[in-house]
Amino acid sequence: MDKKTGKSEKILDAALMLFSTQGFYATTIPDIAKAMGMSVGNIYNYFSSKEMLAKEIIKYSSDILGAEIRRVNESEGNTKEKIRQIVALYFEMASSKPQHINYFLRVYLANKEVFKDGCEGMLCVSAFVTELMIFFEEGVACKELRNQDFFSAFGLFMGYLGGFVFLNGEGVLEKDLNSYVDDISLNIYNALKNQ
Amino acid sequence: MKTEKSTIIWLQGLTCNGNSHSFFNYPQMPSFAASFEILYHPLLCGHENFLSFLNSDSSFDFLILEGALSHDERILERFGLPFYEILDNLASRAKHIICAGSCASFGGVFRLRDPLKITGALFSGKEKGGYWLEKDNVVNISGCPIHPKWLVETLLALHLGEKVLLDAFLRPKEVFSYLVHHGCLRNEYFEWKVDSHQLGEREGCLFYEHGCLGPMSHANCNKILWNGVSSKTRAGSPCLGCTEFDFPRVALYETQKNMSLPQTPFGISKRAYYSLAGVAKSFKIERLEKKLIDENN
Repeated sequence: MDKKTGKSEKILDAALMLFSTQGFYATTIPDIAKAMGMSVGNIYNYFSSKEMLAKEIIKYSSDILGAEIRRVNESEGNTKEKIRQIVALYFEMASSKPQHINYFLRVYLANKEVFKDGCEGMLCVSAFVTELMIFFEEGVACKELRNQDFFSAFGLFMGYLGGFVFLNGEGVLEKDLNSYVDDISLNIYNALKNQ
Repeated sequence: MKTEKSTIIWLQGLTCNGNSHSFFNYPQMPSFAASFEILYHPLLCGHENFLSFLNSDSSFDFLILEGALSHDERILERFGLPFYEILDNLASRAKHIICAGSCASFGGVFRLRDPLKITGALFSGKEKGGYWLEKDNVVNISGCPIHPKWLVETLLALHLGEKVLLDAFLRPKEVFSYLVHHGCLRNEYFEWKVDSHQLGEREGCLFYEHGCLGPMSHANCNKILWNGVSSKTRAGSPCLGCTEFDFPRVALYETQKNMSLPQTPFGISKRAYYSLAGVAKSFKIERLEKKLIDENN
């Protein structure tokens, strides 16, 4: 990684942390510069606007989550086990690096006007969605999952996980997020499996 | 330059005659006849010629097989003889064996009835081992039917002593290195994932809903065209993948999808294809949503 790429990634990390905790509009470029110990002008050498930074962050988070799911896709094991692995890694990420999933739920989904030019459709979350496409396609191909519309399966899987992480963030869950992995994995499997 | 004509015997197994009819539509037949002599073709010649040749020990150049093959005489006999007796006799005297069509190459539609007993010459579907386990002088020209040029140009190359490069299914690379997708006029619709709404219309891609197998079927249909003028996809009908070992599939006019995701184009990974398709689908290209020729505008 060259020096400029390394610095860009550090800015993405700092901005991600601030956006996901304070919100997109409440965070300013000077806030990010301050967190980085950089001048405001220097931040603009890397990202031309706050909106541009926001779009790069969603791609960055999607790439990280996509790479994790890719590892599951490329591993041995049946679809039931893979569902469990995806749920476990999603909850693990929500626990240890909550900024990624919080950013998706609280910035990306809540401020679509920021993302409308440049993040149309699946454009900025392609890495993550592509891995789920592969997961679902292979699950049907090996006859473990019922063949159905992609989005009806995707919505059930990711809506469930996203909703649960949201509940966790609201502090209403009685137990630790990771202790729900078994039940939730089984529920997803039962809902999607070939009858 | 070879001046002597090459000799051909055309033998039919289980067939619909489609490859014969396609061959008879070859537009430069006089030029073909200048280099080849057909000793026997079941639609052209009487039995007498054939039986006298069968009982001779003369060698000849090309044994062209049309139709699926079987060792079982209850399934296949000709002239009151078990088919295998005729085929084994002729195959031992032929310089080249050309399988004309998907049935002779892979077993085709007839194989679906009994894949153990009905096969192609050297393949049963994609598995090696058909009527023969091995043979080193077989060329497969798959298709349902073959394009007449595929057959004639292969025959001509072998007649002239040229080397004919073959792919893993023993098909001439000159024809089968191409995909039907190459030269399809709908490529721009494929790039931007714009569906065709109905068969026969000029606009839209037939890959997503209508079962088109152009991106995974090997043949140069859209390069040389049929009758020199058109092709299935140009006419608004999907490629049915008739040159492939798994032809015919079921539900030919429907795209087989897993969770809405179609099979990926030949040699393209799912990750590469789904990423690119997802990006392309994120945009609505108005020009491609309109009629190509708009009467009102």
